[in-house]
Amino acid sequence: MLEAATDVYASLWRILPGPAWVRILILVVAAVLIVAALVEWVFPWASDTFLPQDSTVEG
Amino acid sequence: MGARPTDEPTPKAAPKLTVVGVLGELLITAGVVVMLFLGWYMWLDDIISGTEQQAAGVEVQQQLQQEWERSEAITERPAIDNGEPVVAEPAADGEVFATLIVPRFGADWVRPIAGGIDLSTVLNNRQIGVGHYPDTQMPGEMGNFAIAAHRTTFGAPFADIGELRVGDLIYVETADGWYEYGFRGLEYVWPTYVSVLEPVPREPSVEATDRFLTMTSCNPRFSSAERIIAYAVMENWYPRADGPPAAISGLVEAAGS
Repeated sequence: MLEAATDVYASLWRILPGPAWVRILILVVAAVLIVAALVEWVFPWASDTFLPQDSTVEG
Repeated sequence: MGARPTDEPTPKAAPKLTVVGVLGELLITAGVVVMLFLGWYMWLDDIISGTEQQAAGVEVQQQLQQEWERSEAITERPAIDNGEPVVAEPAADGEVFATLIVPRFGADWVRPIAGGIDLSTVLNNRQIGVGHYPDTQMPGEMGNFAIAAHRTTFGAPFADIGELRVGDLIYVETADGWYEYGFRGLEYVWPTYVSVLEPVPREPSVEATDRFLTMTSCNPRFSSAERIIAYAVMENWYPRADGPPAAISGLVEAAGS
């Protein structure tokens, strides 16, 4: 197994309870939730803040 | 728990966390998130928001039809001569009052139009996307019906604004009927050129004797450095009682069913 090379994710894997398929399920659900939160809130905010697309004319 | 001991690798001490290891993993994670963001920014969001705005546009078409049917039942309307279009009522900020139909953008392309050009409530809204400059005229009125929408991101309603060709028909649908505009030309201006919103675009001192449609969006794509402006002139008006113009009757009937 990978030891010191992977710290955060190896620790995460050890902390999670249950057999391997339960851990994978938890990780998949967590990944989906994180991506959904990114798409819903974080990315629109980042887009507006760092890469504004202004389509209106104003004086 | 129920895990068979044979599945477990030989027990060993948990590897120690190292600063470099943690930092490296966090940086890799950040890289993945940035890649996700770029995919969303360039491509995914146009699909997500564009699909929602399209569905909202079809829904608005149904509501406009119902609105017309209701008012038709309550009061008898004066017979409308096809020559004199009904002037639409001014819309409040964020209020959806019409749809925009541009066959050049897609055979069934329709988007809602709301009052105002506020970013968060109108232009970035997944249920709207197209906004009407509040100080410009309404459809049917002499002067300039000016609207704005994103060219990239947030559904990008005006993604193909640069593909418009002279003579392309553009429709604005309200509860009263359909306003048919003929596309006349594109112009590229600085973001401060508000004179494109004048009753006669770019001619502040001239009194309007035509009904213009002005569409503004950003230029170049993925930038805010300039604006791209599309001008169209109203050529025809179709009261709802007489049904939609032939060119978009399929689209309108599909929305009604």
